[in-house]
Amino acid sequence: MIKKLRQSGWKGWLYLLPALLFLGVFMVYPLIDVFVYSFEEGYNSASQTYQGIGLYNYSYVLHDPYFLQAVKNTFILVIITVPLSTLIALFISVALSSIKALRNLFQTIYFLPYVTNTLAVGLVFMILFKKTAYSDGLINLLINWFGGSSVDFIDGPYWAKMFVLCFYTIWVVMPFKILILTSALASVNQSYYDAAKVDGASNFRIFTRITLPMISPMIFYLVITGFIGAFKAYSDAVALFGTDLNAAGMNTIVGYVYDMLYGNSGGYPSYASAAAIILFAIVLTITTINLLISKKNVHY
Amino acid sequence: MEVILQNLTKKFPNHDKKKTEDVIAVNDFTFEIPDGKLIGLLGPSGCGKSTTLNLISGLLEPTSGKIFFGKEDVTDLPPENRGIGLVFQNYALYPHMTVRQNILFPLQNLKGKDKLSKAEMLAKAQEAAKLVQIDDLMDRKPGELSGGQQQRVAIARALVKMPRVLLLDEPLSNLDARLRLQTREEIRRIQRETKITTIFVTHDQEEAMSISDMIVVMKSGVVQQIGKPQDVYDSPENLFVAKFLGNPPINVFAGQIKDQLLYIGENAVMRVNDVADQEVYVGIRPEGFILEENGPFVCELSGVEVMGRDVSVVCRSSASLNPTVRAIISAENREKVKGAQVHFALVSRKVFVFNKETEARIAIEGTAL
Repeated sequence: MIKKLRQSGWKGWLYLLPALLFLGVFMVYPLIDVFVYSFEEGYNSASQTYQGIGLYNYSYVLHDPYFLQAVKNTFILVIITVPLSTLIALFISVALSSIKALRNLFQTIYFLPYVTNTLAVGLVFMILFKKTAYSDGLINLLINWFGGSSVDFIDGPYWAKMFVLCFYTIWVVMPFKILILTSALASVNQSYYDAAKVDGASNFRIFTRITLPMISPMIFYLVITGFIGAFKAYSDAVALFGTDLNAAGMNTIVGYVYDMLYGNSGGYPSYASAAAIILFAIVLTITTINLLISKKNVHY
Repeated sequence: MEVILQNLTKKFPNHDKKKTEDVIAVNDFTFEIPDGKLIGLLGPSGCGKSTTLNLISGLLEPTSGKIFFGKEDVTDLPPENRGIGLVFQNYALYPHMTVRQNILFPLQNLKGKDKLSKAEMLAKAQEAAKLVQIDDLMDRKPGELSGGQQQRVAIARALVKMPRVLLLDEPLSNLDARLRLQTREEIRRIQRETKITTIFVTHDQEEAMSISDMIVVMKSGVVQQIGKPQDVYDSPENLFVAKFLGNPPINVFAGQIKDQLLYIGENAVMRVNDVADQEVYVGIRPEGFILEENGPFVCELSGVEVMGRDVSVVCRSSASLNPTVRAIISAENREKVKGAQVHFALVSRKVFVFNKETEARIAIEGTAL
């Protein structure tokens, strides 16, 4: 028996080899490489040379005001969009699963943004928010109509730009969350609801004591992937504010890494690597905390 | 608490677009369930027995008809106000709560003057758990329990509010054979101890026969017969009931009545009085055959099965509607069964005659030939 297991173990590795090879070459090796670069001062990818080894890259990045701005932006984005989008998605999913008429139509409508290109959605947001010589944008029109004065959401104050970015991010991530949550809600066995009804539970209690715990694994999945996704945000900011994010003050950590590599002021792979490793450390920490919390609160 | 069903009818809209008429799940069900009894709703799947249960629980609304608990009309009351306990076929225990939390759940929902203190709730939960003998499992999750234990938890949860009526939907169908025997005794004991009017649904006639005070046999939404299990078995009102009750099942033959004689195939098997000549179905219980060398009933022997104390004689008859005829004889007569043909005398009270068109029972006074 044991001999058999050993044999099949050997075979098992053989079957795993292609996957391991790809993961090794395209995931593990680059990760280690980035880690190494982050300690090599002034690394030049063309000549493959560097001047010294140490923590200088980290010190530079951590003192770079653009990086600190990017970290601040990213954290605000994460803290606002992840809980908000999950809550709104939960609300919409519950509403969707409690209606009968036109449910499929609504589901399709809510899912549409998911299959729409990020930049196309960005364009729509421009029309909604951007101030041009000809118009102040649809939202400003509404604000004016209610008696407020126009705000420049794209080139204006920081809070306005952040508002648009968060709005946009929530809008973009919502369809996937609704999709996951509606299917999670649908998979809860009807007999639990019947049992709770017979047991005299109010609708609110059924929701908090039955529905929420039953779909909690999916909610935590969404929160964790939401955190990771939001920390890696970049294209959303580009779609709204263009490629010079530092100038707009709306850069994200990934945007900073990109700029350090290829941007106008680019060509510093060492700084980019250090920033990427810092991002990695942040995401790892947050995800670990998330998993620890979820282990305590997810019931199966 | 008596449960009175008055002309209870439930129709469902037909999902098949080609057919416009509704599906009638329960048709004009009238029955008065006496207080403190255990009632078995029995029938093949799709006969409307679960629908009936759901109508009584309030999870479904009847299309027409009324339901009374005692004198109170509960037809329009929602489930939570009816004072019922319901045990689901899959138990529907909340998987994220412990056994204690599951049993406490109905109590925590009580409002207003019924509201209990925490200590009272715990005491009641403990009492219910003790009744079904799971008080040592209170801190486990349902996933950590066996099927039989989960079943007990479900019963405890249904009983903890001291319902007026306890409803059980196929309570034993998810248990293995041994546990089923044990649990059905358990249900009987709990029902006796609590004296709560209990209605349970099953498709297993043995289950219903063994523990019910009364059984209700249903077919396609229509009640076929109501009575004490033994009475229904001994005197079925139609061919369906005769076929549905009894294990091994009743043997059915094509026969006729001619000149005061009952024929199965070519053979006259019994003298019957005052019945008009007609084609009939003849049902004979397996225990209605007696080995007798010159007996009037003849069939071709195809085998003998010995099952513990019983011996089944399996044989073939061209008049039989089933592929084989099965007779149960006592073990000491085992040796007498030999040769190509077996002769039986018939026990007249185990022989039922049914109208060929309506399949309703024809009362006969049979005497053996």
